[in-house]
Amino acid sequence: MANMQDFLVTRSTKASQIAIVMWVLIIVALISMPLAVNRGDMRFIIEIAYYLTLAQMWNLLAGYAGLVSVGQQAFVGLGGYLMISGAVYFGIHPLVAIPIAGILIGVISIPTAYVVFRLRGAYFAIGTWVVAEVFRLSFAQIQSLGGGSGMSLPASIVKGMADGRQAREMLIYYTAIFILLGSMTLVYTLLRSKYGLALTAIRDSEPASDSLGINIFKTKMIIYVVAAVVTGIVGGLIFLQKLRISPDAAFSLPDWTVAVIFIVVIGGIGTIEGPIIGTIIYFMLRELLADYGAIYMIVLGIFAVVTMLWAPKGVWGVISKRFNLQLFPVHRRLISDTEAKK
Amino acid sequence: MEWIHLLIQGVLLGGLYTLFATGLSLMFGIMRLVNIAHGDFIILAAYVGLVVIDVLGIDPFLALLVVVPLMGGGGYILQRVLLNRTLGSDILPPLLVTFGLSIIIQNVLLEVFSGDSQRVNLDNGLDIASIQISEYISIGVLPLIILILSILVIVVLQFVFYKTELGRAFRATSDDQDIARLMGISNKHIFGLAMAVAMAVVAVAGVLLSMRTNFDPSVGPSRLLYGFEAVIIGGLGSLWGTLAGGLILGVAQAVGAHIDPGWQILMGHIVFLVILVIRPRGLFPRSID
Repeated sequence: MANMQDFLVTRSTKASQIAIVMWVLIIVALISMPLAVNRGDMRFIIEIAYYLTLAQMWNLLAGYAGLVSVGQQAFVGLGGYLMISGAVYFGIHPLVAIPIAGILIGVISIPTAYVVFRLRGAYFAIGTWVVAEVFRLSFAQIQSLGGGSGMSLPASIVKGMADGRQAREMLIYYTAIFILLGSMTLVYTLLRSKYGLALTAIRDSEPASDSLGINIFKTKMIIYVVAAVVTGIVGGLIFLQKLRISPDAAFSLPDWTVAVIFIVVIGGIGTIEGPIIGTIIYFMLRELLADYGAIYMIVLGIFAVVTMLWAPKGVWGVISKRFNLQLFPVHRRLISDTEAKK
Repeated sequence: MEWIHLLIQGVLLGGLYTLFATGLSLMFGIMRLVNIAHGDFIILAAYVGLVVIDVLGIDPFLALLVVVPLMGGGGYILQRVLLNRTLGSDILPPLLVTFGLSIIIQNVLLEVFSGDSQRVNLDNGLDIASIQISEYISIGVLPLIILILSILVIVVLQFVFYKTELGRAFRATSDDQDIARLMGISNKHIFGLAMAVAMAVVAVAGVLLSMRTNFDPSVGPSRLLYGFEAVIIGGLGSLWGTLAGGLILGVAQAVGAHIDPGWQILMGHIVFLVILVIRPRGLFPRSID
């Protein structure tokens, strides 16, 4: 009989140790990328970076906290509008306006949470959607922000960001990479912290975790606010790159939430690796089917439905089960002492 | 006088919203399914109606006799083949599968019918006819017919629910699936039938919508939101509550539109959120969930 002391709790696996080397290589590649590729490719990488960040945040909400939101476009739009208003009306440098927008969104998301948390499960989903619509329709009424037709970031502000176009694009590129890596690190540390454990416990059984002293409301609230802040920051970045904002573009359900949900579901919900795989598949399909318009969305839709029905853990779920792989060591595993000593 | 006019317009608008909400309310009430594609099914029904009217050359109201069984039958098959697989303790599969369906329906409609705005015209001028009550108040004949039909749908459903064997099976399954099965009820079949009934209501809603307003493949999601708001305002599990919710939402939107056209939808959403904060379980709740 093994005693309690004979077991070790571990999170790292052989694969995850090898993966560290891979992550370092990818990060180095991302940082040196601007030396090698042209402007179009850089824009493409920026887009991948912000979609992956949005996907990680939605996955944190839906996959870990059980908060299936269909209204994250609310925070993307708010981030964009707050960044532009900060730059235009308060003369703040856009890159400084982005984190300020993030903080303000964190503040706004708290009363929002108190409203939408009154709805549970699927009703929560539609409630978040209504809130996003309220933001979209309200911003369309604000004439100083261009009303329904929106506004552009004035050329003087854009030019004042950095010396020349190339420097500006580099600045946006590195901001995007910084936000991506920062958010991935945030998710990773969050899941390894006691909140990660609490989230797993809540996911497995709300009453049981409640009885063990986990504050369910507080835990979900923290995740909701964190996701809102990061999503808002990404929104600021998106519209800094686009240089133009309108209520329909800023609070677009198809662009900022539908695409992200497809990415996470197809890739594998409830894992850090899933959104990465999903983003790769999403952009590959998009490049392949870009000329077909509606057909592309139909294919994605069918892909998502089939995944949900026959492989609910997504593509990564299938891979990780088949090869017993884990690239981000966040799961705690129990191994016996003798096994560990080998 | 102006306020009475607004109230009447709102109530008439609310008739259509009640129909949007009823199907949603049925699906949630019986199988705890929140159908994200609900609005898109309404628009799908509108297009099916459009084709039926065009091909058969019949009166739009007669088209209901074709569209209702068609959508109802489709609903049964959809539930048995696809949606029954998603039901369980996890809320994610039904949510995401219907979400996927929503995107698929929108884009299939876009491929087949293009994004052009459509509308069913009534030959007999019914769509513009109105009853003049006083100098300020007139009631559109078509909106009045829609309101009466929506109340009729609620009355029929109430009868089915509380006076027939099928309704008893619906209520039993809704109360406790496992016990219902022990009593010899086939859940899968009952869910199929419930979806068929819900889709029949969706068909009525879609065909009536096509007579009253313009529509295109992208307008489904907002119909889902109106229906959802009406259900929550009224309270889950109560059909009369759903009617009240639909009417309240209609009046809220009419008042909003009166302030500023841009405020119509916004006012509906705000009234919904305010009621959600004050009465989280709606105004006339029946079931606890």
